[in-house]
This record gives sequence, C-alpha cells and structure tokens, in this order.
Amino acid sequence: MQSIVEFKNIFKSYPGVIANDDVSFNIKEQSIHAILGENGAGKSTLVKILYGHVKPDSGEILINSDLAIINSPSTAKNLGINMVFQHFSLFESLTVAENLILGMNENISLTKLKDKSKTICDKYGFNLNLNSPISSLSVGQRQSLEIVRSLLNNPKILIMDEPTSVLTPDEISKLFKIIKNLVKDGLTVIFISHKLEEIINLSDYVTIMRNGKVVSTISTQNEDPETLGYKMLGYKVSKAKQVSDINFSQEIFNIKNLSTQSKDPFTVNLNKIDLNLKKGQIFGIAGVAGNGQKELMEILLNENDYEFSGDIFFKDLNINNLSTFQRKSLSISYVTEERLGHSAVPEMSLSENIFLSMNHKSEFKKGDFINFEKINSFASDVIKNFKVDTPSYNVKAGKLSGGNLQKFIIGREIMSNPELLILSQPTWGIDAGSEAFIKKTIVELSQKGVSIIIISHDLDELLEVCHEIAVLYEGSLSKPLNVENINITKLGKYMGGLFD
Amino acid sequence: MQLREDYSNLIFYLSPLVAVALTLFFGSFIFLILDLSPIESFKIFFISPISNSYGISELFVKATPLAIIALGLSYCFKNNIYNIGAEGQLTMGAIFGGGIGLLFNDSTSVFLLPLMILFGAIGGAFWASIPAILKTKFNTNEILTSLMLTYVALFILDYFVVGPWKDPEGYGLPKSMPFPDAGRLPVLFDGLRVHIGVYFATIICFITYIVYNKTLFGFKLKVSGLSSKASQYAGFKYNNLIFYTFIISGACAGLAGLFEVSGPIGLLYRDISPNYGFTAIIVAFLGRLNPIGIILSSLLIALTYLGAEDAQLFLKIPSAVGFVFQGLVLFFLLGTDFLNKYKVSIE
Repeated sequence: MQSIVEFKNIFKSYPGVIANDDVSFNIKEQSIHAILGENGAGKSTLVKILYGHVKPDSGEILINSDLAIINSPSTAKNLGINMVFQHFSLFESLTVAENLILGMNENISLTKLKDKSKTICDKYGFNLNLNSPISSLSVGQRQSLEIVRSLLNNPKILIMDEPTSVLTPDEISKLFKIIKNLVKDGLTVIFISHKLEEIINLSDYVTIMRNGKVVSTISTQNEDPETLGYKMLGYKVSKAKQVSDINFSQEIFNIKNLSTQSKDPFTVNLNKIDLNLKKGQIFGIAGVAGNGQKELMEILLNENDYEFSGDIFFKDLNINNLSTFQRKSLSISYVTEERLGHSAVPEMSLSENIFLSMNHKSEFKKGDFINFEKINSFASDVIKNFKVDTPSYNVKAGKLSGGNLQKFIIGREIMSNPELLILSQPTWGIDAGSEAFIKKTIVELSQKGVSIIIISHDLDELLEVCHEIAVLYEGSLSKPLNVENINITKLGKYMGGLFD
Repeated sequence: MQLREDYSNLIFYLSPLVAVALTLFFGSFIFLILDLSPIESFKIFFISPISNSYGISELFVKATPLAIIALGLSYCFKNNIYNIGAEGQLTMGAIFGGGIGLLFNDSTSVFLLPLMILFGAIGGAFWASIPAILKTKFNTNEILTSLMLTYVALFILDYFVVGPWKDPEGYGLPKSMPFPDAGRLPVLFDGLRVHIGVYFATIICFITYIVYNKTLFGFKLKVSGLSSKASQYAGFKYNNLIFYTFIISGACAGLAGLFEVSGPIGLLYRDISPNYGFTAIIVAFLGRLNPIGIILSSLLIALTYLGAEDAQLFLKIPSAVGFVFQGLVLFFLLGTDFLNKYKVSIE
C-alpha cells in the first residue's frame, strides 16, 4: 500500500507554545490511522492543518505524493479530505435532509440528495430518518448525520476528531463496524482518540504524539493498552481505585418521588425518582444520553425554575424552591456538561471565571466591590493544585484545551469546599492524562467526606470511581447497585430499561 | 467567511480610528462629486467650527447630551439589551423636569433646579421602565417597544406645547413659557452656552468606569452580555439586570433631555433634540462601550453636528451631510469589527 498523506517537517507555534514541532509521518492508503496523545500534544492542530483550518509555519503535506497547498477547508474538500468534528454543527430546527443539503458544495435537488443519502445509509447501516428534525436525534444519530454529510462529498480521506467520546458502548461498536466497511471500500480514516483500547481494536497504525513531537508511528498489532499508554504519557497511568469497605451512615442528600410533567416534546419526563446519598459517598447515574440526564441536572441546578413534583432535601432542608445562588451558598457545587459558555465564559480570564462561580462568597467581595487580589491568588492556587497548564490567571478560558479547562473548573468547585458536588460528564472529550487526574481527585475528595453525584454516559468511568451506580432510562431511575460486587449482566439489563 | 482564532483586542480598540479614517477618505469623494475641494471642505467641516472659544463651547454643548445618553446606553448594550428608545426617554425627561420648571415658574428657590434635574432623571427612567417590564413579563422585543415609545413620547410633548403648557403670550406658537431663572442650568463662562452638564458627564463617566471594572454589578453585566447560560450558572437574575440597565440608561437620557431644555433652550417646544438619542447609539459603539472611549467619540460626533451647520452656511450644502458622516462612521465601524472577527475568503 502506498502513502496517501505524507506530513513533512510540519512546524506550528502559537504564542508561548509549539503545537507541532517537526512532525513527519506517513499515512497509508486504505488504512485506519490513529493519532494518540495527551491534551496539548498537537493532535488537533495537526489535523486542522491537514483540513486547511490552520496554516503551518513551515513544512509540507504531500497528498498521493504530490505537494498540496491546503489553504482552506474547501481546498481540502476538493482534494478529497473531509472532517467530522468533535462538536457538531447542525441546525436544530431543520430536518436531517435539510442539514445535509446545507453542507453540499454542488447544486443538487433535495430529492436527489435524499436518494443518495438513503443509499449511503442503507449500505453502511446508518440509522437515520431523513425527515426527522435534528432536535429529536440522539447524540449518536447526530454523529451519523455528520458522517453521512462528509460521505456525500465522496472523500478519499476522512478525519474524525474523538468520535467516540459522546457514544454509548453499543453505538461505538456500530460505528467501528461502519468505519471498517468504509475502509474496505477504499476510504482512509484518520482517527483521533485518547482511548487506548479503542485504538488497538480499531486502527491499523497509530502515531503517538507528545508535546508537539511525534514519539513514534507503529502498527497496533503488537500493542496492548498498557504499552500504548506508557508511550503516550511517558509514564504509567495509575487507575483511581475506590475503597468501598466504608460504612456510610449520615444522609446528606435525598430526592423523593421526583417527577416532571412537561408538555414539551423535546424533553424527557422524569418518573418518580428516588435517590439517597450519604456523606462521603460517590453515586453514579449511568444511562444512554437523552434518557432524562439533562432534565435531572436542570432540576438539581435550578437555573430556570424547572417545574417538578416531589421533594429534594439537602441535610434535611427542603431545597425545592431554592435558587442556584442559594443552593451554592449551602455549599452545593456544580460542574455542568458544557464547559464553554455554561460553567465558564470563554472570553473571560481564568480569574474572572473563578468569580463567576464564587460570587456568593463574601471573602471575594467588599460590599458591592470585587476583591480582585483575593480572586487572583485563589485562581493561582487552583492552577497550581490542579495542574492546569497555563502561563497565568489572566489567560482567557477559551484559550485552554478541554482537559485543562475541565481541571480548572473542577478545581474551582472543589476549592470552594463543597459538601455536595454534582458533576455532569466530568471527563467528556478530554485527554487521558487529565481524565486520570480528575478521577483520582474525585476519589480523594470523597475520602475527605464530600458527597458526589456523577451523571455520565461513560460506564467505565463510573465503575472506576463510584460506590453505587443507578441507571437512568426514559426518565426512571433504577435501584442503585453496589459497585464492589456488581453484576455486569444486571447492569446491562438496567441500561436497556429492564428494571422496575 | 471564518471566525478568526487570533481575534485581536488591540485592533478592537483601534478600529474606531480606522473607521474615522475611512470615513474621511470616502467623505472626500462626496465633496469631489459636489465639485468642492475636499481639503477646504474638511477644513470648514472639522477645523473651523472649533477654531474659537465659542466653537469649542458649542462642541461641548453638543457633546454633553451625547456623552450622557451614550454612557447610559452602554449599560444596556453591554448586557446585550438593545434600548433604541433613548430619544423618547430624553423627551420624557424634558417633559417631567421641564414640567416642574413650568409648575413653579415664579420660584426663585435654589432647590428648583435640583428638583427639575431629579424629575428629568425620573421621567427618563419611567419611560425606559415600560419596555423593561414588557420584556421581562411578556418577553417582547425591546428594540421595537423602546423605539415605538419614542414616537409616543414625542406626541405627548407635542400635546403639552400646543395644549395646556402653551405660552399665552407666545403668539400661538407651539412652545411653553420660558423657565424661571432659578430653573436654568448655570453656564460655565459668561457669554458662552457650555453648561454644568459637562460636570455631570464627567462624573457619570467616572462612576461608570468604576462600576464596569470594580463592582459586582459590572461583572454581572459582562457575564450576561457574553453568555446568558453562564450568567444563570453564576446565579445572576437576568430579569433584574434587564430592569436595572433600562432604568440607568433611561435616567441618563432623561437627564440629558432636562439639560437641553433647562440649558441652551430654556423652554419646552417641539424639536428639543436633533436626534441626540439616536446618535448616542453610534457614540456608544464608536466608544467601544468604554466610558472613556464614549467621551472621545461624543466629541467627535458633536463635531459632525457643528461641521454640518458650517457647511450649510459656507459650502451651501445641506446640513444632512452631518448625518451622512455619522452613518459612514457607523458603517465602517461595523465593517472593521466584522473583519476583525472573521476572515473572508473568496471561493
């Protein structure tokens, strides 16, 4: 097999960092080539260069042995390079077919496009109804749509940036089957991931990057997750292991008979949810996305006075009607699923983002005035204690990589000394190093007596850190299972809604 | 069209200068088309109006209301609330404050003027509270409601000056009696019209600077303007912010209206404002919603008012040329902002 893409001595620096430092390697035609690395290792920058999104400072890219000057994504598309981004860009109120036609460069009628898409869907087994509105689609279906959209351009090379981070195990195996079939039909897939197991299962070759440099490009045949992890990090990953032989006694947080009756067709109604959380306990809420996680988090945060029946108690105090501000003042902290634009403002500095969540604390205020000195020193502490990779607290939050920002946000919430910490998708879309660090931190925090609720689609993560796991399915919450002697078959059944 | 990753803050603050330069450049074509020498015309337009003390005083007379209104509007705009009705709030401030002056038209008390000023601010705030309530209670579009209320306010003023408040000795003209001397705004220098409103503008600028940079309220405005979800996460009540920012900008506009009628004008009549309330929108954005920037841009835009008057006199071109320049500045400012944010590639 000959090389379809050759990177030759690619350099790209941003102020203060070298994102790509003399990157050279080849990608073979009709192969699945993974790019593996920690956050800030330069993977995203490299594929953005290939996709024409970022201009390299120097270096060349050869496509089919010809020098290619890729100035923009449209040049990339003309060369047969397409990309599926980690964050989808879809119009919520339009239908699947309408979204597909918006991505087309050529003029094509809607009927023709539908025929073409139908063929692709049938051939590779994408489960997509072309006439449904986007808002009714699950995350997995949205991703399928993004892939189909790329395939309509007849690409030779498809770049996928962390495609599995939003999918359930079942969806992941479906996706892998599709990718393998696509490659059989002549496509070359470049796959960015930090999930070691996946890379070994799926890809033929892997290029490992660290600090902007290529460590090596190897065949995945003789690798296992441990050796690959070692190569990626330069050190061994230690798993966060929960000690679970503790007797929890003191109740901290209770949900009793929580239900919602929303008429909005795009929300899931919660159905008689009961939950008991004890001091120092980590409680995981598992389940496939779109089974009521969003609605449950809304009620726990209470940003919009979401209507519900039932009761929520924090330390025997009914907090049903307390605002977000009042709940935070009671020492409940939140980390939301969306980092940018929800738990952090990208255009504001890290210091300002500290105050965003801490404005209820009197130590940062003198009357109506803000005490920036205190905030800055607090921000420095968060950066230091939680190993956030950034030159200063004046850096804008949007400039940080996903993993770094998440460490910063979780660090901020932990340092506010919460008694209850509620996290939604805490390691979604971040690199392995940050993920391991965050898991370890969560476990340590519980050992100090903080109670934690984690809402996550990542079952492995929950099994690793939680004491108890319950499954959310179509708005109902299963009985909690003790993780120590968990029955995986039973958990699987719960995930499919088989519980009463 | 793509979002730039290296969006520059420096350029954000420099772009008003670029916009002004482009306005001058394209403005010179207007003069060329009219068969006038651009350099001579610009001299008449921008230099000669401020070449004597009277001219400089007039510059401040025009810049004062613009600055006060624009400073008030910046609270709304920072919060992503588009109050377009400052002209109406200005009018209401003139009616409330001026009404006090007419009510006590034989007063010589030193308290008359402060009372008029207070009522001017209350009048503007009251008028601004209507779109605020409509927005928070019924989720109406504040751009439409605040704009439409401007015309309502103008008709109310019309009603008063042709009806109950018409000067009985005014030969039937649609104007009120002059305010008593105690209700007139003191001038800074004898013989010139520049008045103590300049001090108010300076103080409001200073307070605004402190509020934006040092206080919780300023922080709330910034967060809500950037991301409403983050603002909810922080526990800020958006509806309260909408209300407060409308009240502040309305009070400022009302204050400016009262200053106009109790300062240079001295009575109430139909055309108390040459669109100060609308022009202040340009001033606020040209000044980058930054209090010091707003002071600078208010002076520049005030100059276009003066220049237009002189141009009409000496160049025999309509004074509407002043509005053309204001429009050009806004157009180029929006253009430079857009190009700073986005990269344009032609495919």
